[in-house]
Order: sequence, then C-alpha cells, then structure tokens
Amino acid sequence: MLSIDALTKQFGEKIAVDSANIHVDKPMMIGIIGRSGAGKSTMLRMLNRLSDATSGSIVYEGEDVTHLRGAAKRNWQSRCAMIFQQFNLVPRMDVVSNVLHGTLNRRSTLSTMFNLYPQDDIHKAIDILNRLGIAEQAPKRAEALSGGQQQRVAIARALMQDPKIILADEPIASLDPMNAQIVMQSLRQIHEEDGRMVIANLHTLDTARRYCDRVIGMRDGRIVFDGTPEQLTTGVARDIYGAGADFSEAATSTEIETLDRQKEFA
Amino acid sequence: MTDMSTASIQSNYMEMVRRKRLYGGAALSLFALVMVSGFMLADSRNAGGFWQGIPNIFDFPRDVWKDTLPKLDQLPSHFATYFPSLIETINIAAVSTLLGSMLAILLSLFATRGLAKYPALIGPVRRIMDILRAFPEIVIALVLIFILGGGPVPAMIAIAFHTAGSLGKLFSEVNENADLKPIEGLSSVGATWTQRMWLGVIPQVAPNYFSYAILRFEINIRASAILGFVGAGGIGYELKNAMSWGQGKYDDAAAIFILLFATIVVFDQLSSYVRDRLISKGGH
Repeated sequence: MLSIDALTKQFGEKIAVDSANIHVDKPMMIGIIGRSGAGKSTMLRMLNRLSDATSGSIVYEGEDVTHLRGAAKRNWQSRCAMIFQQFNLVPRMDVVSNVLHGTLNRRSTLSTMFNLYPQDDIHKAIDILNRLGIAEQAPKRAEALSGGQQQRVAIARALMQDPKIILADEPIASLDPMNAQIVMQSLRQIHEEDGRMVIANLHTLDTARRYCDRVIGMRDGRIVFDGTPEQLTTGVARDIYGAGADFSEAATSTEIETLDRQKEFA
Repeated sequence: MTDMSTASIQSNYMEMVRRKRLYGGAALSLFALVMVSGFMLADSRNAGGFWQGIPNIFDFPRDVWKDTLPKLDQLPSHFATYFPSLIETINIAAVSTLLGSMLAILLSLFATRGLAKYPALIGPVRRIMDILRAFPEIVIALVLIFILGGGPVPAMIAIAFHTAGSLGKLFSEVNENADLKPIEGLSSVGATWTQRMWLGVIPQVAPNYFSYAILRFEINIRASAILGFVGAGGIGYELKNAMSWGQGKYDDAAAIFILLFATIVVFDQLSSYVRDRLISKGGH
C-alpha cells in the first residue's frame, strides 16, 4: 500500500533522515518514536511533500509521489492529511471555516477567497465536529478555543479532506494529559471506524504502546526499531532514546494511570 | 438529543453564513459603486478629459528621451553637477526622518492601548498625530519659509512634523501586536514604565519600526525634493529649473531623475541588508 524506500533528507552537511525503509501493506496505526531531532518530523513532512526528499522514493498504491509537482502534488497532499503540534489553524477564522479548508483542493480559488462553500460541505463539517464532540464551538473563532479543542478542529479539517492517510506530527505534545487522551482516542477511532492509515510522531513511549499497532523507532535519522508494541522492551527503548540504565518509561509518561502506578511503587 | 442539537447548530451556522454573504455582497457592490462614481466624477471635472488625454501620456517621457539621447556623453558631468544638491536633499530627509521617528516612538507608546502610561491621554495623543498628518508638508514649509526665510531648515521641520504623525500611527499599530508577556515579566520584577517600554517593547518591535522608518525615509527624500520647488533648496530646486526652462534642458532633468532613482535603490538595498541582520541576530 505505502512503501518508502531509501528515503533520505539532507540539510547541508546534516543528514536528517538516513535511507529510511518502511513498508505498510494494510491501513494501520503507526507510531514513530524517538528523541527530538531524530528526524521524525522531517519524515512526515516528506510524506506530505511539505519538503522534498533528497533521494529515495515514496510509493502509494503503485503511484510514485516523491517527485509530483504543481496540481498533482497538491492533489496528493489533499489525500494525505497532516496534523501539527501547534495545530496550524487560521486563528481569526471561525471553526467551521477552518474545517472547510480541508476541501480547498477540490474548490476553485475564487469561490474559496470569498468563503463560498456549498451547504452540503458546511453541514458535513459540522457533522464531523459533532463526531469529535465540539459541534457547539462551530461559530467561534479558532483562537478562542482551548488547545485540545483546537487540535480536534485540526483533526476535523484533516477528516474533511477525506484522506487515505492521516499524518500527525506530535499531535499531543502541546496538550495536557486529559486532552492528549481525547485526541489520541479520536485518532484511534478514526483509524478503526473509517479504516484510514494513521502515522503519528509521538514523544512518549506509553502513548505509542497504548494506541498503535506498529511502532517505529528512529535515532539520528535512522530507523533502529520496527515492530509491534510488545516487541518494544525497555532495553530497545533505551537504545532508541540513547539513554542510560536510569531511563524509566514512567518518567516520560503523560498518562494519568501511569502516575498512579508510580505512586503505588513509591 | 445530539442529532437535534446538531441540526440546530447547522441551521444557526447557515443563518450566519447567509448574513455574512449578504454583508460581503453589499460591501463589494459599494466598492464597485465608489470606484465607478469616483472615476466618473474625476473625469467630468478634468479640464481636458481623461479619454482624450490618454494618448498624450507618453509625451513628456518622449521629450526627455529626445533631449537626452544626443547628449548622452554629458550625463556623467550632469551627475557631478547635481550630486551636491542631492546630498543636501538626502540630508534634509535623513535629519527629518530621525527627528520625526524619535517623536513618533514617544507618541506611539502614549497612544497604544495596553501600553500607554496615561490611558486617558490616548485620545488626545491620537488627535495630535492626526493634526500632524493632516497638514500637507508643503503648507507647513511655505508658512515656515515665510517666517524663517528660504532654505533647508523649514523643509526639515515640515517633513519631521509629518513624519512624526504618520510614523506614530504606524508604530502604534506595531505596538498593538507586541506580545504583552515579556512586559508582564518586567512588571513582575518592579520595572518602571520607561524600563518596560525600552526593554520589553522596543526589542520586539524594532525590526518593524526600522522598516517603516526606512520606507518613510524614501518618501521623505521625494518630499524634500518636492519642497525644493518652493525654495527649500536641494535637488528639487535644480529639477524645477531644468524642467521649467524647457528648451533642451531635459537632459539635466533626466540626470536628476536617474540620481533620485539610484538613491532610492541604494537605500532599499541597504535597508533590506540591515533588516536581515537585525532579524537573524534575534533568531540565532
């Protein structure tokens, strides 16, 4: 379905992603873990074609998307939605308009400049917001919402694209544990109910373990682990993060239960 | 229950969209109306008429071109002749921009909501800036020339006043977008208003101030050239002579135009270089 071969990204002297190989044969939820600077974001940005690969290829269902240009590239981007750490919404526009931005690729530039969208799309946008539990916020400006709500608006925008793949770049890194859980559950639910592929960069191990079917570990631009959450032992995790024996999974956790667990140990 | 409320949210939102579209359409037709009627009014008041005059639009450039072409070899000597008066013009512009922007910084800090030391004075300070902007430079200059006699000083004062008014407005808009968190941080350590402004606001807004000030400097070079026409000296005076005595002096005019253009290009390049340095220093 999706195959990434020897994908490399070089910034001057520095190699951000070093010949990465990933093959996915059916829609699943994949978590990419690793330290900051390990190349996780660069990888997702290449998949969405926000930045160009230095070498290697990305093939989706037999179509090489690595070198698409112009309209073909924008069409690929519309099929491969992206969610960002800082939400990347237009702060001064209302929530529904932000969600409707998901349809920009199939509408004419002129009609979108005047914010003219078909009624069906507007209704669908509100239905999606309802599915994510934030329909009441529909007429508010995006900047008036809390972080967790804004991230759900960003997910709604992604869903409005009706994409085959959803890429999420540290979707919960700016959120508190409660909102983080809601956002991750929404992503999981989207994967299970709609059968969309979800690839998420995560910086906490337990989130990856809990929500993902497959975990990929990156270190200094290389893929150093690729397997099921069960195969991800503490030893492997230490290797991914380049940490010593004092590394404890609970220390990086954002889960409320883990904190409880820790208290029990103490 | 959710179905019901979703339906009502949808219909409420559609209602809002329809209202916005109505306003948008009305604004657009108003815009078109003002455009068309404004143009028609201007055209009817015009002595010659817009459509009859339009074929002659290139007459002046053609005359300049015709006069200059046979005397191209004299251009460098014209540059040399007019360079001192260009320096004078740039001098007037530079001094008035500096004075004007210093006054503008002060005025803008007093006129920004959330920053102003005396919130009650925001309105009066803004009106002062409006007054400074309202009078054309040339009017202030003419009055001052009448009082102080001809020369660069009246031009300088006139331009500085106008600069203070217009930059003050732009600066205060920049100030409004400044992040208030650093200022709160400085308040928390017991800083005075001046300290908060100088250490909390100015570092944030300096690059924007700078680019507006440079743009204003360009405008002021042109303004001080125009003031030369009414006796404030500088390159404007020379341009007036070259243009009004006609009869083959258009090559002088061409030389002056080229000098002015080159000046603007030089300062534009200079400003983008300095601005890049200023921003990248903050970034890394």
